Amino acid sequence: MAFISEQEYQNLQHRHRKARVFQRCCAAVTWASVFLLAVLLYQVCADGLGWLDWQFFNSFPSRFPDRAGIKSALVGTLWMIALVAVFSIPVGISSALYLEEFAGKGKFAKFVELNISNLSGVPSIVYGILGLAIFVRYFALERSLISGALTMSLLILPTIIIAGREAIRGVPMSIRYAALSLGATRWQTTWAHVLPASFPGIMTGVILALSRAIGETAPLILIGAMTFVAFLPQGPMDSFTALPIQIYNWVSRPQPEFHELAAAGIIVLLVVLLLMNATAIYIRSRTERRLK
Amino acid sequence: MSTMENADLVNDRKKILPPAVLDLKEVSVLYSGKAAVKKVSCQILRNRITAIIGPSGCGKSTLLRSLNRMNDFVDGVTIEGEILFADQNLYGIEVDPVQVRRRIGMVFQKPNPFPKSIYNNIAWGPSINGYTGSMDELVERSLSQAALWDEVKDRLQESALNLSGGQQQRLCIARALAMEPQVLLMDEPCSALDPISTSRIEDLLFELKTHYTIVIVTHNMQQAARISDYTAFMEMGIMIEFGETDQIFTRPNIKRTEEYVTGRFG
Repeated sequence: MAFISEQEYQNLQHRHRKARVFQRCCAAVTWASVFLLAVLLYQVCADGLGWLDWQFFNSFPSRFPDRAGIKSALVGTLWMIALVAVFSIPVGISSALYLEEFAGKGKFAKFVELNISNLSGVPSIVYGILGLAIFVRYFALERSLISGALTMSLLILPTIIIAGREAIRGVPMSIRYAALSLGATRWQTTWAHVLPASFPGIMTGVILALSRAIGETAPLILIGAMTFVAFLPQGPMDSFTALPIQIYNWVSRPQPEFHELAAAGIIVLLVVLLLMNATAIYIRSRTERRLK
Repeated sequence: MSTMENADLVNDRKKILPPAVLDLKEVSVLYSGKAAVKKVSCQILRNRITAIIGPSGCGKSTLLRSLNRMNDFVDGVTIEGEILFADQNLYGIEVDPVQVRRRIGMVFQKPNPFPKSIYNNIAWGPSINGYTGSMDELVERSLSQAALWDEVKDRLQESALNLSGGQQQRLCIARALAMEPQVLLMDEPCSALDPISTSRIEDLLFELKTHYTIVIVTHNMQQAARISDYTAFMEMGIMIEFGETDQIFTRPNIKRTEEYVTGRFG
């Protein structure tokens, strides 16, 4: 090193060492969390994989572990997700669009914005109480799929709205100006350009929110999803159970066989989640390709 | 040349002077009460290119955007005075700004094609405004007018984002032309382009003025001198001088204009 002094060289080495230490710390933390997740997955799989067979999927709950299955819980969860999507996606996207594109920056918009942020931090059990009071009792929807779905929709709406707004704000203003300068109304601009351009981002938010809804247990317990359902829901007004409820029920039983059944249930829940995320990624990459 | 002939020439010129498309009467633009453009009066003549020059922040872009009500989307903007377009004040209460923008098109500083196909970039504006003729023909005509047709005719369904910067800007011009606007506003359309693309667009403007009225904001004085028929010089929101481009650049009436066009400041 001819062109730097010994002191500079030492100093440089010191800085490189520091950078390496920091880099390794970050790597260690990352791998530690991945490792923990792997251990967890291994444990669950070791316990539950043996129970995953056709009989498990095709049976209703039973007090005999050999005959117990997840059919009603799985179908209930699929029903729930479909209904939650139907309720929350249109409302969430519309709200996000309104707040970003039309509401302006007035006091009202600020007020709504603040409240949505607050709502996204409210514990899920509080939504359960709300759902119980409003949907189950006041609207007399009973302990039905639709009560559960409406409660879950309320729970995830703030998440969808916030993610949606983020995505909509990411659309460059120049695109809006281009459309408006061609004699488009604000609505035409929003529908033809802002919404398609922000769609991938909105979808990501929606799927993440729906994933949260799948895993939530507390509000469902409150609004009275049953833990022992030996039939399939025929429509949105029927009573139901869902995967997390079934898992919770099995875990809380004393017999070790049921704990293994719970592990099998967790595997099913994880697979449903992974399938949903894969769908999200697929939709996103498809729309992105069309946009480019 | 005798004085007689000279007078005739002046008279001739007056006779063939085209009508004004836009008539600005003491136009002020205020951002939350603070004037960015102060009492500007001038006329934009049909089939002429009018350039607005001036140092950064002098209000030239603000003035341009007020000509097709694009300032409506900026919070806290108010307009005073009148901008007459076909004898109607653009800011009159009975005027729908959507209709204004449909007749007075705009090309922006940075090329901003829609993230869609080349074809749809052109077709979208006419289709939402109820165009009923042959869309294929309109797309071809607009792209030809913008001198882009030969380069893209075999890939109309490709994304507009695959085009080069200069091509994108010509696509944006074609997109504005597809609406057959009476006036085309251009906000520094070449500032993001290389010299070759710039000269192509300048050639293009020269051809376009046979059909369109063009107002162009530019920070490039040579560009204004090359392409425009009339030049307005603005400083600190005030239109210091407005006149024929030759006159502004060779014998300006006001000292400040002369200092600017000779490069002594700005």
